[in-house]
Amino acid sequence: MKMVAEFKIHHRQILGPRGETLAPLPSFAQDSAEVLRMYEAMTLVRVFDAKAVNLQRTGQLGTYPSCLGHEAAHVGVGAAMLPMDVLAPVYREFGTQLWRGVTMTEILTYWGGDERGNDFAVPKADFAWCVPIATQTLHAAGAAMAFKIRKEPRCALAYIGDGGTSEGAFYEALNLAGSRRLPVVFVIVNNGWAISVPVAEQTAARTLAQKAVAAGIPGVQVDGNDVFAVREVVSGALEAARRGQGPCLIEALTYRLSDHTTADDASRYRSGQEVKHAWALEPLLRIREFLIRGAAWDAAKEHALLEDCAQRVDAAVTEYLAAPKPSTDAMFDHLFAELPAHLREQRLIARRYGSKSSGH
Amino acid sequence: MVEAIALAHGWEMQHDASVVVIGQDVGANGGVFRATAGLQQRFGKDRVQDTPLAEATIAGMSVGMATHGLRPVAEIQFMGFLYPALDQIVNHMSRMRNRTRGRLTCPVVIRTPHGGGIHAPEHHSESTETLLCHIPGIRVVCPSSPARAYGLLLAAIRDPDPVMFLEPVRLYRAMRQEVTDDGQALPLDACFILREGGDVTLVTWGAMTTETLRAAAELDARGIGAEVIDLATLSPIDIETILASVAKTGRLVIVHEAARNVGVGAEIAALVAEHGLYDLQAPIQRVTGFDTIMPLFKLEHDYIPGVQRIIDAVELTFAG
Repeated sequence: MKMVAEFKIHHRQILGPRGETLAPLPSFAQDSAEVLRMYEAMTLVRVFDAKAVNLQRTGQLGTYPSCLGHEAAHVGVGAAMLPMDVLAPVYREFGTQLWRGVTMTEILTYWGGDERGNDFAVPKADFAWCVPIATQTLHAAGAAMAFKIRKEPRCALAYIGDGGTSEGAFYEALNLAGSRRLPVVFVIVNNGWAISVPVAEQTAARTLAQKAVAAGIPGVQVDGNDVFAVREVVSGALEAARRGQGPCLIEALTYRLSDHTTADDASRYRSGQEVKHAWALEPLLRIREFLIRGAAWDAAKEHALLEDCAQRVDAAVTEYLAAPKPSTDAMFDHLFAELPAHLREQRLIARRYGSKSSGH
Repeated sequence: MVEAIALAHGWEMQHDASVVVIGQDVGANGGVFRATAGLQQRFGKDRVQDTPLAEATIAGMSVGMATHGLRPVAEIQFMGFLYPALDQIVNHMSRMRNRTRGRLTCPVVIRTPHGGGIHAPEHHSESTETLLCHIPGIRVVCPSSPARAYGLLLAAIRDPDPVMFLEPVRLYRAMRQEVTDDGQALPLDACFILREGGDVTLVTWGAMTTETLRAAAELDARGIGAEVIDLATLSPIDIETILASVAKTGRLVIVHEAARNVGVGAEIAALVAEHGLYDLQAPIQRVTGFDTIMPLFKLEHDYIPGVQRIIDAVELTFAG
């Protein structure tokens, strides 16, 4: 039989686990200020994340999905995007969102059970967190369609997890994006686990990047703990999409060092040995080592950065905790542009009984 | 009626550059029922797009387009194929405005054929509007004539929130009427009184308006004045118009093609019981499809309520 199609999946890595450079540095990585900016963003989100978990443990936040271990993937993507691009996140990509201007207070407000956290002051056009798995990939494709129709040089970028790649919506989005050459980039954050199900039980595919092949779009794998590689590959994909060359699927290999959420206990289904091994590959370590190798970093600077991050996080927490509970009207205020009559009546009932039942 | 729907699309696309039409076979083919006939030739392939054959795609991309400045009017080819799109409708389209506090909104219209009576294959004849009416944050509209299809579709496209627009297939070709293509929208969230009468109120919508008006004419010959109300917007319900009519007539019969159990008729009956019980001189009657699977077409006219069932239900309200 003759060969009618074949494919290769490339893997990109620039930084080794001890900060050693394995490939030529892209230009942004030769700019020490820019590297520091990324390292500071990764550190901030790690400090924030630990605080958020702590807030949940002490009853001051709802269920929270930790992003521990994802900092390079998330910040690398954030740094690759332009402000005018549109992000369609899942629910864990705080590093990208903080880079794009979402505030820590907004993140806490949403995960503290208040829709006002979704009303980002910046970036106005980004999608909100998306809990129904994979559905956001179609939103990104739709937004990209709008950009394409209006001939705007903007891209949409959708995240998805490894588990999400089993969903029909994901394949539909790839198919739509490929068939219409939409300016959209899909980033799979393959952290190894969909709650308790490992990737090997999710699919027989050797890589998740190869799922691009059936959609007729490029697929590439990147070391998701390597912020340089993530930024370089995502930048390239976004620039190609912006030039009208169509979509791309990027699989970022990383590891979920935390439980799935604060409601999960990963020790029930994975070994401590595996997690210990993953810590040796974690993303902050290698960029810090890279900075130290370049004499751009030392213990005093590290200490000062951690202090600064802690202060910024504490200020956000204070602001979050000081916000009063929304009034019961919040359930009705944005249901429709104009509230229909029967809902005005229900709003009155909520006003009458709402405050009583909540103990205020 | 189908030409009126195409006219409304054309008017709005001509006057609002953000309106785009998407769906399966809506382009060169003009839709399997011809509801988008000629639009792609007129407005081009960017604004009238055939999508891949995937309903979740149609609804999901509509969310993305609508939150980013477009007004998609999407066709789902038959109501039986709507269900893959429900995830997007329930989880995103209906709640985007609410969950982002108005930052992102979904001015989307999803049009889909509704009901049976045209000898169609399996899964092509259902009327499952009740599933949609239960979802907060969306409107559900069902026109009953070419003029109302034209005016209500314009209103649905102009509405800043998502609208499910259910088009009765029995009326697509059967109902013919001159429609003035003047861009005049009709109000959403409002019933239409199709016929005035003082003795009994008949509330219905969609294709069942035909049988109900016929029943009303026969009742008239027997000296019973039936007021016929076309619900038109199935969610939210314009209960004021219905209550005012019941206050006048004292009798209420609700007619719908969809199954009875937890149907829209049950909601109307409950609202009238809550707000107009003392106006009633007889128990409310419902004339509906059976709580069975919609049969294949040999039995479809035995499933869809006929004129005699409606007349008999009205007689029951006078039997006490």
